[in-house]
Amino acid sequence: MSLPQMLQDIFQYWPVLQTFPFWVWSTLSVLALLFLFVFPFAGVAVYVERKIAGDIQARIGPNVVGPYGILQWIADALKLLLKEDIIPKKADRKLFIFAPMIIFMSGAASFAVIPFSENLILANLNIGIFYLIAITSLVSMGVIISGWASNNKWSLLGGLRAAAQVVSFEIPVALSLMTAALALGSLNMVDLVNAQAGMKWGIFHNPFMLILAFVYYISALAEVNRTPFDIPEAESELVSGYNTEYSGMRFAIFFLIEYADAFVICAVSTTIFLGGWHLPFLNYAHIPPFLHIPLQVTIFMTKACFLLVVMMWIRWTLPRYRVDQLMKLCWEVLVPFAFICLLGTALWMVLFQGKGFIELLGGLF
Amino acid sequence: MFLEYTTIFIFLIVGIAMVPLMLLIGKILRPHAPDDKKTSTYECGEIPLGSSWIQFNLRFYVIAFLFLIFDVEVAFMFPVASIFKQWTQAGFGQGWLAFIEVAIFVGILLVGFAYAWHKGDLNWVRPKKKE
Repeated sequence: MSLPQMLQDIFQYWPVLQTFPFWVWSTLSVLALLFLFVFPFAGVAVYVERKIAGDIQARIGPNVVGPYGILQWIADALKLLLKEDIIPKKADRKLFIFAPMIIFMSGAASFAVIPFSENLILANLNIGIFYLIAITSLVSMGVIISGWASNNKWSLLGGLRAAAQVVSFEIPVALSLMTAALALGSLNMVDLVNAQAGMKWGIFHNPFMLILAFVYYISALAEVNRTPFDIPEAESELVSGYNTEYSGMRFAIFFLIEYADAFVICAVSTTIFLGGWHLPFLNYAHIPPFLHIPLQVTIFMTKACFLLVVMMWIRWTLPRYRVDQLMKLCWEVLVPFAFICLLGTALWMVLFQGKGFIELLGGLF
Repeated sequence: MFLEYTTIFIFLIVGIAMVPLMLLIGKILRPHAPDDKKTSTYECGEIPLGSSWIQFNLRFYVIAFLFLIFDVEVAFMFPVASIFKQWTQAGFGQGWLAFIEVAIFVGILLVGFAYAWHKGDLNWVRPKKKE
């Protein structure tokens, strides 16, 4: 069941509310997700990242606004809201305005299929993982539009680099998501998670899936332009890359979606490789139903946030790749690895009749 | 099941509408005083030379082509991936049949991939041709 359906079920006996059509509940849940989760989470993620960066570089980080500087992100958002909105005279005005919209749309809409818990999912699509690939690849279009529309050399270079990079790393990402779907036998996000109940996590399914988890994580890092793969917005080379000309609120959108996307890929890794809301030796049949949602959300978010912290740790530890090294890494390392893992997983499935490693172990004892 | 797509549709509309809305809120509060210097193109303080709408390197085109081929391949593989497990559970015969079909489909692409690799299309910096 999805969140809008759940709302409809809850209010089905209320006098006025029961007459509301489905789309009202959809709209409400979309707005609730955006305002109660995406925006605050992106803000807190920025704060946490700055704190981690501070720790790694042996300094304090934000510590002025609020206790331990925890309100820093609200101050940042307010500052960006009050900044003047500048559109360069030579820019292509329409495309310049359109680019953040398409980036926000694709970045936010990818949250629709993140399964926070069995029922807490915005749209329980039967092709969830396929939808995710489709919607996240729209970002590259927004990036290339913003780079071209700015009529700025830095932006153009950044936009083209970003497009080449996102598009290249899309291949290993799509291949690893597909292999996971192949091993777990579904495209639906909730079914994917439930196929990993107990200890049958995706990474333990077979040795190839374990490699693939790393392939996915690395290429997803590159797909959202995080360091060490942030050449599209390399400060030392391109000022700020494709968003050089954007200021104020428009820049804030690029910034927000960067963090939202980072969370999305962590959530997807959790969903398909780390068993979503499942833990070893935890059987949901023995837990009272009203505890399911809080428990599942807690487990899911813990795993996803752990991956997010690892991502930040990587960012502040490793130096940046060069363009040619990056493309070499993608096409000559990650893509062949992904193909080998695809065929290896398929072979494993045939040899062991679709059973994962843990299931086979269970059969032994 | 199609009801779920309502949410997706609304998500896309809200996603598009949210950006102008955010800008509209700021419009009341923020200053608006553009001048020639402020709205000129940023080029690290220099006066910008010419337009940047230029022809760019052809290798971006090659990358786009490679991407297209691989992505279509992946898109076609997804239906197979979703039922592969059922086939393998149905028995050895069906499992091998499915595996061989997948292997042929991937194999054809890998031949093309090997060709592109050998030809040097995957290299970002092309070595200069020997005379």
